[in-house]
Amino acid sequence: MRPIEYVAAKTVQEAVTSLAEKGDAARPLAGGTDIIVQLRGGRRQLDRLVDMKAIPELNELTYNASSGLRIGAAVPCYRVYGNAEVAGAYPGLIDAASLVGGIQIQGRGSIGGNLCNAAPSGDTIPALIAHSAVAEITGPGGSREVPVEDFCTAPGRTVIQSGEILVAIRIPAPAAHFGACYMRFIPRNEMDIAVVGVGASVVMDGNKVTACRIALASVAPTPVYAAAAGAVLAGKEATEENINAVAEVAQSAATPISDMRGTAEYRTHLIGVLTRRALQSAIQRAKGA
Amino acid sequence: MASEKTHVRTTLNGEATEYLCETNQSLLEVLRDVLLLTGTKEGCNDGNCGACTVNMDGRIVDSCLVLGVEAEGAEILTIEGVATPEGLHPIQQAFLENAALQCGICTPGFIIASKALLEKEPNPSEARIRHWLAGNLCRCTGYDKIVKAVVAAANTIGGKK
Ligand SMILES: Cc1cc2nc3c(=O)[nH]c(=O)nc-3n(C[C@H](O)[C@H](O)[C@H](O)COP(=O)(O)OP(=O)(O)OC[C@H]3O[C@@H](n4cnc5c(N)ncnc54)[C@H](O)[C@@H]3O)c2cc1C
Ligand code: FES
Ligand code: FES
Repeated sequence: MRPIEYVAAKTVQEAVTSLAEKGDAARPLAGGTDIIVQLRGGRRQLDRLVDMKAIPELNELTYNASSGLRIGAAVPCYRVYGNAEVAGAYPGLIDAASLVGGIQIQGRGSIGGNLCNAAPSGDTIPALIAHSAVAEITGPGGSREVPVEDFCTAPGRTVIQSGEILVAIRIPAPAAHFGACYMRFIPRNEMDIAVVGVGASVVMDGNKVTACRIALASVAPTPVYAAAAGAVLAGKEATEENINAVAEVAQSAATPISDMRGTAEYRTHLIGVLTRRALQSAIQRAKGA
Repeated sequence: MASEKTHVRTTLNGEATEYLCETNQSLLEVLRDVLLLTGTKEGCNDGNCGACTVNMDGRIVDSCLVLGVEAEGAEILTIEGVATPEGLHPIQQAFLENAALQCGICTPGFIIASKALLEKEPNPSEARIRHWLAGNLCRCTGYDKIVKAVVAAANTIGGKK
C-alpha cells in the first residue's frame, strides 16, 4: 500500500469538500474491511482516504416504531444486530449483518460500506432491498435519495458520484405481520463469499400474502431485485405451489456466470432452493409477528 | 504530503502510549515494527486468519485491517496486556494445559478473541465458541483442543473447576 493522505472528517460538509477536491483520487473510509484490502492488493490507487467514522450522522443508529430505522453509513454490523429492537423489526437485515465475515470483521465493517463496495455477493444488499431500504446521499450539489435496488450499477460501481457520500440507509417501519429472511449458500459454515444469496420479505393477512419482495446476490453483475418474482405471490395464499412459482420466476430474473464457486446451472438451482426456503422462513416470521 | 508521519495517542494495554506512523501503516505494523510488541502475529494480512486480532475499544478487530492513524484515542489490548505480574490469565493457562497450541502463530489472536467472548458471555456453548472463533484460523493444532481450552477457561473463571 503506497502512502496516502488520511483525513478524519468531522462533518458531512467537510467530507464532501475533502472528497470533491480530489475527485476519483479520493474515497471514503468506513470500517476499511474492503478498501484497505483493495489498496494493499493494488486493486485501487488513491491519494486520499476520508474517514467517515467521526461524523455524528454517519454513526447514528435510530429506530422508531412509526418512522422506521435509520442506519448511519459507518455503523458497524455488530451494532445493528446487537440492538434488540432493530433485530425484532428487521429480521432479514439481521440475518445478513450477522454473517458478514467473522466477529472481527463485524466489529468494523459497516452495512454502508457493504452497499458502497457494490460486490455482486454483498450479503446485506439483497436484505436491504427486501426491506425496501433507501439510500440517503449528500454531495456538492445537495442531497438525494435512491432506492437500494437502483444503487449498484456494475461490480464495484454505484450511483455515488465523486464528492458524494452515503450518509445513511433508511428502512420504513415494518407493516403489521411483516417477516423477512436472508439466506446464502457457502461451502463452509462461516467466512466465505456467497455462491448465491436470497433476501425475501412478506406482509401477511392470515395465510394470504399481501406483499412480497425478493432480491438475489451473486447471480448477476449487481445485486438483483426480482420484482416480478415477488409480484407472483402478492394477493395469493402462501401455498407450496405458489411459493414454487415465485422461485421459478426468481430463477429467470438472474444471469449467473460459471466460476470457481459454481457453475451457472448450479447457481440457478440454488436460487430456486434458497428462494423457497427464505420465503418460507419470512412467512413463518411474519405469522409470529 | 503523505511521507510526513502522524502523531497518534492511544491507551495501549492500560498505558497512555503515543507513536508516530505513516498513514499507510496498519495498526499491526505499528504494534510490531514501531512499538516492537511482536506478540500480535501476521498471518494473511487481509482479514481472513485472525492472527492479528487485538481488542480495540471493547471489540475484537483484525489489526491488519485498521490503519495506525485510525487508532487515535482508542483503547487497545494486545496479548502483551493479558497476563498480570501475578501470573498467566486463565485462558492462557488453559491453552497450555490443553495443548491448544503448536507453532503458536494463531494463539495470541485466539486468546484475545476468547477473552472478549468470556467477558461478555461467561458460559458460552461449544457451538457459540466455534461461531465466535470462526474468524481465527489455525493451521496446526486443530480446533478441538482450542475449543476445549476455551471451555476449560470458562469453567476456571466461573469457579467450576
Ligand atoms: C475476511 C473477510 C470476510 C468478509 N466476509 C464478507 C461476507 O461474508 N459478506 C460480505 O458481504 N462481505 C464480506 N466481506 C467484505 C466486507 O467486510 C464488507 O463488504 C463490509 O461490509 C464493508 O464495510 P466497511 O465499512 O469495512 O467498508 P470500507 O472498506 O470502509 O468501504 C467499502 C467501500 O465503500 C466506500 N464507502 C464507505 N463508506 C462510504 C460512504 N459513507 N459513502 C460512499 N462510499 C463509501 C469505500 O470508499 C469503499 O469503496 C469480508 C471481508 C473480509 C476481509
Ligand atoms: S493477519 Fe490480519 S487477519 Fe490475518
Ligand atoms: S498453532 Fe500453528 S497455526 Fe495454530
